Amino acid sequence: MSEAGTNQTINAIVAGEPYLELPDNLYIPPDALEVCLEEFEGPLDLLTYLIKQQNLNILDIPIRMITEQYVEYIEKMDQLRMELAAEYLVMAAMLAEIKSSMLLPKQASILDAEDDPRAELVRRLQEYERFKLAAEDIDELPRLQRDNYVASADLISDVSDKPLATVDLELLVGAFKGVLQRLDMNSHHKIQRDELSIRDRMAAIMQTLTSSSDLLFSFDTFFVLSEGRQGVVVSFMAILELAKEELIIIMQSSPLGGIWVKAVVDE
Amino acid sequence: MNKELKCIVEAALFAANKPLSLTDIKRLFAGDEQAVELDLVSVINELQNEYASKSIELIETASGYRFQVKAKYSPWMARLWQEKPVKYSRALLETLAIIAYQQPVTRGEIEELRGVAVSSLIIRTLQERDWIRVSGQKEVPGRPALYKTTNAFLDYFNLCTLEQLPSLSSLKVDL
Repeated sequence: MSEAGTNQTINAIVAGEPYLELPDNLYIPPDALEVCLEEFEGPLDLLTYLIKQQNLNILDIPIRMITEQYVEYIEKMDQLRMELAAEYLVMAAMLAEIKSSMLLPKQASILDAEDDPRAELVRRLQEYERFKLAAEDIDELPRLQRDNYVASADLISDVSDKPLATVDLELLVGAFKGVLQRLDMNSHHKIQRDELSIRDRMAAIMQTLTSSSDLLFSFDTFFVLSEGRQGVVVSFMAILELAKEELIIIMQSSPLGGIWVKAVVDE
Repeated sequence: MNKELKCIVEAALFAANKPLSLTDIKRLFAGDEQAVELDLVSVINELQNEYASKSIELIETASGYRFQVKAKYSPWMARLWQEKPVKYSRALLETLAIIAYQQPVTRGEIEELRGVAVSSLIIRTLQERDWIRVSGQKEVPGRPALYKTTNAFLDYFNLCTLEQLPSLSSLKVDL
C-alpha cells in the first residue's frame, strides 16, 4: 500500500486516465487522521468522505484506489487500538468482492449500470447521503431549549396565603437532633470557644431575620457546625427563647418537611 | 365579551405550560360551547397579530398552541442557564432522521441505511426524550419493534405535521 502523496507511480486510473499525482487535497496528515477517525459514523460515512474528498464521481468509483485508502484508514484505527467495529471489516470485504468481480472478464456489450458490481454500493452510499443531509436539516430546524423557549406565566393562586402549620415541639427537637448528628460527623474540629451568651445569640438571630429581604429562614440556617456542640446548643436555646417571647414564629410547610423561622412583624 | 374571551385564552396558554389544542381551549368554556366554537380560531389569530411586534410569539405545533420566545432572542436567553443547549451527536440525528422520514421503521432497517449497528443508548435517549415510540411489530421473523416519531418530537422542532419536515433530497444526489 502506498503512502498518500509520496508515491510517484500510477496511483489510480480515474475515468480511464492514469493519475500520477494524487490531488493536493487528498493528502491527510497522520495527525488529522487520528482526530477525524472517531468522527465517522460507520463505513458508509467513511467511504462517502473519501469519495467527496477527492471529488470522485460516485457513479464511477475507482474501487482499487478507494479500497486502498479505506483499508489504510481501518488499519490506522487498529493501530490506535480503537474499537474496530465489525461493520468496517464487512465493508472492506465488500469492496474486495466488488473489485474481484470487476476483474472477471465480461462481454463488453453488457457492461451497463445494471451489471456494474458497484451498483449496490452506490445505491447504499446515495441512500445514506440522503439521511445524512436530512439529519443536518433536522439539526437546523429551530427547536426548543436552543432557539425557542416556552413562554409561561405562573398562576398565582390563594394557596400561598394559607398560614403554614405550626410545628410541635417533638419535631423541633428532632430537627435539632439532626443538627447534633451532623455535628458529630464534624467532631474532629476541636475548637476552643469562649462561653457563648444566649442573649447575644438571640440578638444575632433577630438581626438576621429582620435585616434581610427574605421572610423565611430555614431552621438550619442558624446553626454553625464549626461552633461545636456548645455553639449549636446556644443557637437552639436562643431560638426557643425567641419563640417563647413571641418574637419569632417557627413553622413547617408539611409533615416531615423543612422547618422555617420567621420574625414576628408588628402590624 | 370577546375581549375577555381573548384574555382568558391568552392566560390559559401562558398558565398551561404545555401546548393547548383547540379542544383543550374549548373545554375552558364548557358552558357556552356554541358561541365559542366559531370564535376560537379568530381569537388565536388576533392574539398572534398582537404579539407580532413582541419578543414572544404564539405558534401552532402538533399538540396545539403555545407561546414561546422568538428564536432571534435565543443568544441572550441561553445565558440565563449555566448549561449550554444540548448538542446532539450525528449518530443520534441520523437515527432520528431515518425514523422521521421512513417511519414506521425497524432497528434493522436503520442499521441497513446507516451501515452501522444502532446503539441502544441512542434509541433509549430518543425514547426518554419522548421523540420516538414503538408503534407495533413488523410481521417478519423475530417480530422486530417498529419505531415512529411522536407529537412531542414535532412540538420540540416547531412542526405541526411530518409533512413540514425539510424535504428529503432526491435519490440521485451528487456526492
